[in-house]
Amino acid sequence: MKFAILVNEGPFNHQASDSAYQFVKAALAKGHQIFRVFFYYDGVYNASKLSEPPTDDRNVVANWGKLAEEHKLDLVVCVAAALRRGIKDENLAPGFRISGLGQLIEAGIQADRLVTFGD
Amino acid sequence: MEEDMEAGVVKKFMYVNRKQPYGTVYALEVLEMVLISAAFDQDVHLVFTDDGVLQLKKGMDTAAIGMKNFSKTYRALEGYDIEKLYVDQESLDERGLSEDDLLVDVQVVSRAEMAKLMDDMDVILTA
Amino acid sequence: MSLLHTVSKSPFERTNLQSCLKLATPGSAILLYEDAVIGAMQGTALADLVADAAKSCKLHVLGPDLAARGLDASKVLPGIAVVDYAGFVDLAEQASAVQAWC
Repeated sequence: MKFAILVNEGPFNHQASDSAYQFVKAALAKGHQIFRVFFYYDGVYNASKLSEPPTDDRNVVANWGKLAEEHKLDLVVCVAAALRRGIKDENLAPGFRISGLGQLIEAGIQADRLVTFGD
Repeated sequence: MEEDMEAGVVKKFMYVNRKQPYGTVYALEVLEMVLISAAFDQDVHLVFTDDGVLQLKKGMDTAAIGMKNFSKTYRALEGYDIEKLYVDQESLDERGLSEDDLLVDVQVVSRAEMAKLMDDMDVILTA
Repeated sequence: MSLLHTVSKSPFERTNLQSCLKLATPGSAILLYEDAVIGAMQGTALADLVADAAKSCKLHVLGPDLAARGLDASKVLPGIAVVDYAGFVDLAEQASAVQAWC
């Protein structure tokens, strides 16, 4: 099955991005496809390469990037939400790309299920 | 139907609005999603429930809080062929509001009717 | 097929679970995860409400989130199934669509 994932909250402040990450890993392990992971609202902060968590904690931003590399995931950050919050190409973490909201709607159309994480 | 087939997949999208405007950005950013999905010719439904009913309150004046009043956008939705707007009576009642307090035409339904409508959707986006 | 409703916020902090229970139709699946898992436990102030919902809807709770919070999976309310992330994926797959109450 093809899943689309929507992440609406930033890293660390909320668990949403971690939950989405665990869901995506579990879905991939079951042989499902991840059509796209879309980051909206404060979720765009998951794509900041300026994030530097303490070394004894998980690195949410880097973990998404690694998972994307391993599984050729399409991690898309909403341009309008990102610009509002100061996420731009110059501080975009590896593995992410910035694009329009149409990418979310397209994911909703193309995927079999859209699963949302976070408020 | 044939036209739909040619144009591609048409899914039933529902946007569930549960929050007040201004206190958080959700109402505004949901509207941005709604307008984009209209461009994809999807079957768009907007639901206003819980505090979301306050997004449609008449007479908003945001001058003194220094934020943009975007309530006019709800009136403009018709121009994008987005005409399926639903409010549940219980959420209005809980907040001491009535249909007359709303700035656009909506279908006021019961929670049970709203639940049935939701069950029928393909994609649900909630904020 | 019916919906999967997901709830992630604590019912003692927000009313997302309460709103979910008002709009989930009989036969729907509901998953409590993140801070919402406290709503699945026995002995809370909401136990009657949730136990009642478990009679008409298929209630689930995410085990990893219970464990992370030191909540005993053997003490969830009767009628609530404990699932892992793979089970979460299965629930989403089996549903007609997923409604996130957050």
